[in-house]
Amino acid sequence: MTLARPNLRAQATEARLQALTLPEGGAWARAARMAALTRLQGLGLPVRRDEYWRFTDPATLTAPAPAPAQPLADDEAPAFAGIDALRLVFVDGRFDAAASDPLALSGVTIERLPDAAARDIHWAQGLYGVLEAEGQHPVARPLAALNTAFATDGVVIHVTGPVARPVHIVQRHEDPSSDALLHHLVKLDPGARLTLLESGPAAARLNSVMEVEVADGAALHHVRTQGRDHQRRTATHVFARLGQGSDFRSFTLTFNGVLTRNEMVVSLTGSDAVAHVAGAAVGDGDFHHDDTVFITHGAEGCESRQVFKKVLRGGATGVFQGKILVKAGAQKTDGYQLSQALLLDESSQFLAKPELEIYADDVKCSHGSTAGAIDETALFYLRSRGVPAREAMDLLTLAFLREALEEIADAALAEDLSARLEGWLARRR
Amino acid sequence: MLEIRNLHVELEEGAKPILKGLDLSVGAGQVHAIMGPNGSGKSTLSYVLAGREGYAVTEGSAHLGDIDLLALEPEERAAAGLFLAFQYPVEIPGVGNMVFLRTALNAQRKARGEPEVSAADFLKLVRQKAQALRIDAEMLKRPVNVGFSGGEKKRNEILQMAVLEPRMCILDETDSGLDVDAMRLVSEGVNALRDQGRAFLVITHYQRLLDHIAPDVVHIMADGRIIKTGGPELALEVERNGYADLLAEAQ
Ligand SMILES: Nc1ncnc2c1ncn2[C@@H]1O[C@H](COP(=O)(O)OP(=O)(O)OP(=O)(O)O)[C@@H](O)[C@H]1O
Ligand SMILES: [Mg+2]
Repeated sequence: MTLARPNLRAQATEARLQALTLPEGGAWARAARMAALTRLQGLGLPVRRDEYWRFTDPATLTAPAPAPAQPLADDEAPAFAGIDALRLVFVDGRFDAAASDPLALSGVTIERLPDAAARDIHWAQGLYGVLEAEGQHPVARPLAALNTAFATDGVVIHVTGPVARPVHIVQRHEDPSSDALLHHLVKLDPGARLTLLESGPAAARLNSVMEVEVADGAALHHVRTQGRDHQRRTATHVFARLGQGSDFRSFTLTFNGVLTRNEMVVSLTGSDAVAHVAGAAVGDGDFHHDDTVFITHGAEGCESRQVFKKVLRGGATGVFQGKILVKAGAQKTDGYQLSQALLLDESSQFLAKPELEIYADDVKCSHGSTAGAIDETALFYLRSRGVPAREAMDLLTLAFLREALEEIADAALAEDLSARLEGWLARRR
Repeated sequence: MLEIRNLHVELEEGAKPILKGLDLSVGAGQVHAIMGPNGSGKSTLSYVLAGREGYAVTEGSAHLGDIDLLALEPEERAAAGLFLAFQYPVEIPGVGNMVFLRTALNAQRKARGEPEVSAADFLKLVRQKAQALRIDAEMLKRPVNVGFSGGEKKRNEILQMAVLEPRMCILDETDSGLDVDAMRLVSEGVNALRDQGRAFLVITHYQRLLDHIAPDVVHIMADGRIIKTGGPELALEVERNGYADLLAEAQ
């Protein structure tokens, strides 16, 4: 007699779908959501035994309901408070018009996703779920398909000309049981430029997708910080498609959080495009932080650069899965990847899987991954000059993270995030 | 100023004895030199005084004035006025030289209950001291010792000493790797700090430094002990004849 092995994936997918309903929308949105639902049903939600989830258990991200997460009561100044930006506020995954600036900024049109989705015809049709669907190969990303099908809110940004101020997506977490599904679209016309800021924490559980189209000669600078709530869980996907000579830079700072999975899927489709993705993450205890990056070089002369640093303490876990895929014909590719963890004690761990897959012959690609403790010699040198042990550790920790922070192309933004890191170190979380 | 009595030190790993009953007394206002063969324990002595981990003091004592050095953390020893110019200064990528120096100075002042030095005053102070040592502003902006030449690292040690104004300065082979001009600058830096309230312990292999910094007392160290103490003429004797006779005499 054989016992049928319960199909965990089918069960998890079924249970999750039962807790969701397809949002209202016009014809194009309805079609995009249905297509995503079909994709999701074909793939099923991720389970721990999937190769892509070997180091990170997706169970709490796929569960029908979020585990409760208390918002952190704290008097730290909000992120990017000193940066003059157009603010779009989401509270627990819902747009808060009263707290937001008017959606008017010259050089850019900004709409809420539900408004764009309600229209019969909208440019968003050419982007919504499109990059996400392309990003399902060669590795499945079912949480992103789920997001496309069921996202309830988000912003749809179309940059046509010079923009005077950054756009800041402010995400606040107030409800301990909030479960947010946000989907943002960012489309830059040829030659357009935008700085896009994001700050969290967004909700008790967040599933967010951002699809980014950077046309020829356009530039997007994306800088985000994911907030300090300890119990929050987050899965994010950024899908970016880069045109000829375009420039995409993305930096993520993560504090705390019981689970964070940030997937960054970048496709360099036009020649001479540049993509820099970087991140710094600090956490302790049950902190689990996963950067999963997939960069496809599909055209000649492109440059990609990944710099990820994590500081782990008290049993924290860091994960890095980074792949550079160079397609046949993508000659003169310059690919660089660095992932490093500073382990402040022996109970913390860093799991890294760097990968190169190259089908062109004239290519320069390198990767390096290290995990190490504080440099005792440097620590003693600092202390011998009178710097107390704790302060010396902080100096060395910041020094370790500096290489990642230097990837932020704007000094004021780098300064803001650097001050936040110093605060985290001073408070000890 | 510095009183070391019967100091026995072994490596924590493997319990290998390095210092084997060392006695040394350096009075305020004095400059003492220590010479001795490679591996005799000179750097070990300086590290143990500065509080480096990895050494076990099994016997003896070391006091700075009436302060029991061995009971203090490294940063407390620094705040109490002890300074070690390292034989091999450490590179610290990502930490700027200026941030490092200012953090150190203010941490020491705070520990002593003195007010912190303002950013402007600090800049003035460092510029003035750096100029005397011919350390240019560009070097100060770089991370601590990163990409510095051997001689630049040694000059940077003396700059730190000049800014921190310790009362007990230990210089471990600060002269090694210095060109003739740098040797003169470093010596001038040391001589400028010489006064009644301060003492120096200068570890060196060469008479040349002692031409510039005239020591009051010269000690010969071998196998973890001071085997002979004398005046400046002792250094000249080592320069001429090496250690063989002195070692034989001590047997
Ligand atoms: N961490 C260590 N591990 C193993 N051996 C050590 C360690 N530190 C010192 N020693 C040994 O202790 C002895 C003394 O070393 P130390 O560096 O103090 O000598 P030194 O007098 O400063 O020599 P030099 O003139 O070459 O600088 C040497 O035999 C050295 O190999
Ligand atoms: Mg030595």
